[in-house]
Amino acid sequence: MAFQKLIRERFFPHLWCPGCGHGTVLNGLLHAVDELGLDQSSLCMVSGIGCSARIAGYVDFHTMHTMHGRALACATGLKLARPSLTIFVPMGDGDATAIGGNHFIHACRRNIDLTAIVLNNRIYGMTGGQYSPLSGQGILATTAPYRSIDPAFDVVQLALGAGATFVARTTAFHVKEIGSIIKKAVQHKGMSVVEIFVQCPTYFGRKNKIGDAVQMLEQYRDRTAPLGSKKLEADPSLIARGIFKDEQRPEYCEEYAKIIARAQGKEA
Amino acid sequence: MSQRKSSRAGAGAKAAAAGHIHFVQGNEACVHGALYAGVSFFAGYPITPSTEIAEHLAERLPGIGGAFIQMEDEIGAMCAVCGAALAGAKAMTATSGPGFSLKQEAIGYACMAEIPCVVVNVQRAGPSTGLPTKVAQGDVNQARWGTHGDHSIVVLTASSVQDVFAITVEAFNIAEIYRTPVILLFDEVVGHMREKLIIPAPGELPVVERLRTAVKAGVNYHPYLPREDGRLPISDFGDVHRYNVTGLFHDIFGFPTENPEQVSKLVYHLVDKIENRSHLLARYKEFYLEDAEHILVSYGSSARSARHLVEGRRRKGDRIGLLELQTLWPFPAQVVREKTAHAKNVFVVEMNLGQVMAQVKQATAHPDRVFLVNRMDGMLVTPTDIGKVMRTVEGRGF
Repeated sequence: MAFQKLIRERFFPHLWCPGCGHGTVLNGLLHAVDELGLDQSSLCMVSGIGCSARIAGYVDFHTMHTMHGRALACATGLKLARPSLTIFVPMGDGDATAIGGNHFIHACRRNIDLTAIVLNNRIYGMTGGQYSPLSGQGILATTAPYRSIDPAFDVVQLALGAGATFVARTTAFHVKEIGSIIKKAVQHKGMSVVEIFVQCPTYFGRKNKIGDAVQMLEQYRDRTAPLGSKKLEADPSLIARGIFKDEQRPEYCEEYAKIIARAQGKEA
Repeated sequence: MSQRKSSRAGAGAKAAAAGHIHFVQGNEACVHGALYAGVSFFAGYPITPSTEIAEHLAERLPGIGGAFIQMEDEIGAMCAVCGAALAGAKAMTATSGPGFSLKQEAIGYACMAEIPCVVVNVQRAGPSTGLPTKVAQGDVNQARWGTHGDHSIVVLTASSVQDVFAITVEAFNIAEIYRTPVILLFDEVVGHMREKLIIPAPGELPVVERLRTAVKAGVNYHPYLPREDGRLPISDFGDVHRYNVTGLFHDIFGFPTENPEQVSKLVYHLVDKIENRSHLLARYKEFYLEDAEHILVSYGSSARSARHLVEGRRRKGDRIGLLELQTLWPFPAQVVREKTAHAKNVFVVEMNLGQVMAQVKQATAHPDRVFLVNRMDGMLVTPTDIGKVMRTVEGRGF
């Protein structure tokens, strides 16, 4: 394992709370990158704001820590200006589905070759535990003292509906699955969306009396099941994990390359 | 399909058709200027009265191997410009008032992260949706202070199609030299007015290329350590140096810091790199100022009406002159102070409620001699409007 060369070791230990799932996602991402053996100078990470965005500080890639919700828009410019880059875009609940929701659906629609990772912890962590568009109804949060009345987005359905061509979901309990799914997402040509349930024991778990990090992880184990499994068939109330879509559709930068060829009179 | 390995940087330089005489709108002249300066990336969102800039670049950029993208919103367009600039592109966007409001977030990011880029605002009347197809100059203060926090920024303008071309080239050059967003604050009249444009031959106007670091691979590169001359050599994303770019206060490596000394140093750097060089950034034109008793100060399309009046009165023997500002920020206070020092009266002609007038009053030793000639009704301020105010000030009534 050549992890040392992929991280900025001097910034560890990381700033996330004890028990937070974000480090698990970082771990899976590093496994995927290591196994793919990608040229490190082509690796970029563009993040927004929040706990999830801080992943960018820890990886020794070209890293752009942008504005809340704007990671995908910045990444779109970066990718279109230099299509040879491999770009990861980690996002939290707010980045992906609230303040950045418009950029999210349009990046999916364009099918631009980015790997978006949605770290879904159902809460705004960095600001201290407010409900998010992924919290769902009945959730306690600092801004929902009488429980949330807001229904939640389903990130997978949202990405599918918007046109992403690789859509997957896993959880921080399923550590190896994180690596293998991210690996496939990077290999996929087009917009990849990987939703990962991550525990926030500090705000979500404690406030909603779910328990500590271990108990939250056990919930991910017990309340999810692989797509197409007998377990899922037997209990439709479980949340499906796995790859929901992996299809080819013209990729945005490749389509733009055709525009360039046409404008230059060199039509293929 | 072959992957384009390199960035699109510099692709625009060979694009502008040199030496040709064109009859074009200001917005189109802006496009020609951008191409002359080497623009290779544009992200935008349709908005009146700036849309022609996007339309023409959509047509021109792919031909030179550049890229055009119509984003989902104004915010996304400004963000895409930031991303593209870090990839090595000379990047720009164009908008008008409502879009300019939305872009402020990412303009602040570009200020903080020192990302070179050009933002065009073809002004219409505001606030809010205002008068989408009518002229105004009400965004002067927004261009300076629209994004939050202490920062500095460069804002340029022009009053003719030919000047729009030249000032657009300047905007790209200044963006490169100072690693800053530069705002081109045009207005609806200048944007849509058609005039002759002569495109200079390549090399006739200076074009500043991006200053890239000479630090070799494997040697520590400090992306945010200015050289002795204040310039900040960049390394493009995808090249050998991997570093961090953030909107947080950061150290010389680009990593977040809360160290009070480093925070203070950065904010002063961001402001001083521009404010301390305001004399180098002051662009203006002067007409008959040598012996002028009455001086008009104006900019953009207002300056055309001002000049018309000045020419007419000069023919009658009046000692009247015009100072036309092309740099609005950093405000060329010294230029205004010196040029108006001996004037009996100074008339600031603009289409807002006195945004530049306030700066002129501050700049001069005699603020009581500074008067505002303005219109804020969607109509171009006319020579007659100026003449009326002058008569009143001179005690001759309307």
